[in-house]
Amino acid sequence: MAQRALQLSKWTGPIALFAVVGPILAALIAVGATAEGKLYLGPGDWAAIRFTLVQSFLSAAFSVALAIPAARALARRRFRGRSALITLMGAPFILPVIVAVFGLLTVFGRAGWVSSILGAVGLEPVSIYGLHGVVIAHVFFNLPLAVRLILQGWNDIPAERFRTAALLDFGPNAVFRIIEWPMLRKAVPGAFALIFAICLTSFAVALTLGGGPRATTIELAIYQAFRFDFDLGRAALLSIYQLGIAGCAAAIALLLIPLSFAEGGLNRPVQRWDTTPAWLDYVWLGLASAFLIVPLSAIVLSGLAGLPDVPISVWHSATASLYVAFISVVVLMILVLPLAAWMGSRKRSGIEAASLLGLAASPLMIGTGWFILINPVIDPQTVALPVTAFVNALMALPFAIRMLAPAVRSAIADHGQLAQSLNLPHVVIWRYVLWPRLRAPLGFSLGLAAALSVGDLGVIALFADPDRATLPLQMYRLMGAYRVDAAAGAALILLALAFTLFLLFDRWGRANADS
Amino acid sequence: MKHLTLAAASIIGATAALAETPVLTVYAYDSFVTEWGPGPAVEVAFEEICNCDLQFIGAGDGAALLARLKLDGARSDADIVLGLDTNLTAAAAETGLFAQHSVKADYALPIEWTDTTFVPFDWGYFAFVHNADATAPTDFKSLASSDSKIIIQDPRSSTPGLGLLLWVKSAYGDEAPAIWADLQDNIVTVTKGWSEAYGLFLDGEADLVLSYTTSPAYHLIAESDSSKAAASFDEGHYLQIEVAGKLASSDQPELADQFLEFMVSDAFQGIIPTTNWMYPSVTPAAGLPDGFETLLTPEKALLLPANDVPALREEALAEWLNALSN
Repeated sequence: MAQRALQLSKWTGPIALFAVVGPILAALIAVGATAEGKLYLGPGDWAAIRFTLVQSFLSAAFSVALAIPAARALARRRFRGRSALITLMGAPFILPVIVAVFGLLTVFGRAGWVSSILGAVGLEPVSIYGLHGVVIAHVFFNLPLAVRLILQGWNDIPAERFRTAALLDFGPNAVFRIIEWPMLRKAVPGAFALIFAICLTSFAVALTLGGGPRATTIELAIYQAFRFDFDLGRAALLSIYQLGIAGCAAAIALLLIPLSFAEGGLNRPVQRWDTTPAWLDYVWLGLASAFLIVPLSAIVLSGLAGLPDVPISVWHSATASLYVAFISVVVLMILVLPLAAWMGSRKRSGIEAASLLGLAASPLMIGTGWFILINPVIDPQTVALPVTAFVNALMALPFAIRMLAPAVRSAIADHGQLAQSLNLPHVVIWRYVLWPRLRAPLGFSLGLAAALSVGDLGVIALFADPDRATLPLQMYRLMGAYRVDAAAGAALILLALAFTLFLLFDRWGRANADS
Repeated sequence: MKHLTLAAASIIGATAALAETPVLTVYAYDSFVTEWGPGPAVEVAFEEICNCDLQFIGAGDGAALLARLKLDGARSDADIVLGLDTNLTAAAAETGLFAQHSVKADYALPIEWTDTTFVPFDWGYFAFVHNADATAPTDFKSLASSDSKIIIQDPRSSTPGLGLLLWVKSAYGDEAPAIWADLQDNIVTVTKGWSEAYGLFLDGEADLVLSYTTSPAYHLIAESDSSKAAASFDEGHYLQIEVAGKLASSDQPELADQFLEFMVSDAFQGIIPTTNWMYPSVTPAAGLPDGFETLLTPEKALLLPANDVPALREEALAEWLNALSN
């Protein structure tokens, strides 16, 4: 008897979808109505668009160019600490942007470590402000992502090919040309396009390291139109441009990116016979890991020294940040479970569309739209924290769907028919079929969302009044007031919060794996 | 049971006492409210006479204060906004959010004060501050042709940044865009506010920073350090007169009036020179502190009339954005 496929969350899925798309569309309509069809941009706005594109291009280019040798070295070498290094590559995902910027300033700033070393040998100090500072910060965040994406490409090459190459006595050049180059031609454009799209909506990095009309991203220009001129029409207009540009880039990225991102397998290097200049591989790995580890150590070291100077306001804002993270996680969970179940049990999943939305929607565009909607009704500042939490949940949603929907799909493929033929109620399917399989990716997604949310400096900068601040915003204010020690202490607290939250949720997700 | 009743009664009593103390909320720029700024001393001095709770709230740099106010609109919690300057008063008055004042004082300002909406509390000359042992530029052209690195503030968010914009505009008129184009390669970064810029300068990120002729007094008096100097420019120096105003939406109008009166009194004005490092708008009885006589006194002062600023600001800002975004 032909049976209809098991469809889960038939009602709750579309409702959750509406709860996601509705607010985004509302923001877009509000923004569109406020911009009033004036598409005229001033010279500063064009400069912002140009700068946004240029810095994204450079950030993506450097990230990918540096990632290729590092990924190659990781693919070819087995050494103690290899898996620790791969884990470390995940750290920038949960590291709050403002904290990373602080670490980079400590290392690359005019009074930083690199400049002191340069000064000791009589060279000019480096400056981290402007274009190159923004690019350095973006490479810091995206180099690890690029390494992981490209390493995946290397690991997808069947081991037999290298075996055959060894039999045919291929040298390293021939291996590269015949086996590795075709893989790179597939993997690199996707990685490049993804990082390009991510960097387009950069706000916190440009806010702290950019400066002046020459180093302003569109996202920062939206903030400036808001905070400097309170010109909602121009903020709205810039938001539309942002959405258009980021949307195109995201669509291209999703076309180019290879679809399989299988978990696992990263730790099993293929045996290789063409590994001649070993030192070169280790030099690349050393450089790439130093670039990650040194700023992280700088945060911890200066943070420990600064902890005694942390004012009480930092602890207040830490509570606010925890509240934001909590709401954000709850909202994400309420939205993602029905959505993932609905998408995962449909024929056409729509995961790509969700990813597209996640990459293209800019938090400040949504923030601007909601501000316009909320402002006539109540004081937007009183809802600063819930709005921040909700936007953070929306930003984490596409990623969470990407993690959960495939798990639903495979669970249904394996057990759906049986469950249906036993006529199991959906509650039972959820409890015994889905939940054990969803708990791990859910814990990971929620951990990531909590970490992102606790460290987010975006929408809150639009909505916050002088009394209300989250920890990242408070830290930014301390940096602005030049209270470096207090800011360093706050950075360490924020770092600890983000990592603890991530680990808590992730461990909760995995706790079930053994039972 | 009795202790519970007592506890409840004491809580009720405490909230009642709290409710009796009226709160006066003052929005000010960040460096005013920091612990080393005038804020804490002013708070203590005013609370001695007002029987109220004075609360300062830092809301970014001066020009951002105005945007904050537009954002708040009539809902604002603030009773007083302190830290706008004459370059912003026309735009601020136009919002209709401010009330008239009736403060009269014997001002020691370089211009005659006739504004009935805003009360001046201090003033100073903008200047580039540098290390005294370095050769300083003598005008914008020599600065632009030098290799010196400078840090300036964004005219959209900061009153010194706006002051510099109008300084160049009033000194050079139609030639201003060319000056900015030449200055472009000297600018290390453009900060949101004065605090960031001055902090970066002290940290060695630049050779000169846009600040005030009075800034060296801070190093001299507070730190016995004479290593900082203000560069004297032949074009003259643009003036800044900082003001405060009462919001029409204030729920404490009498207290707000009392504060504005207090602002031009000796108690307030005596605090200004060595905490805000500006010239007081009314010379305190004790005179200016020792060390202020060493400061640069520009031969020529520039200041655009407050009502001419809005139109000129728009033009100059477009030129600035254009020159600096290339």
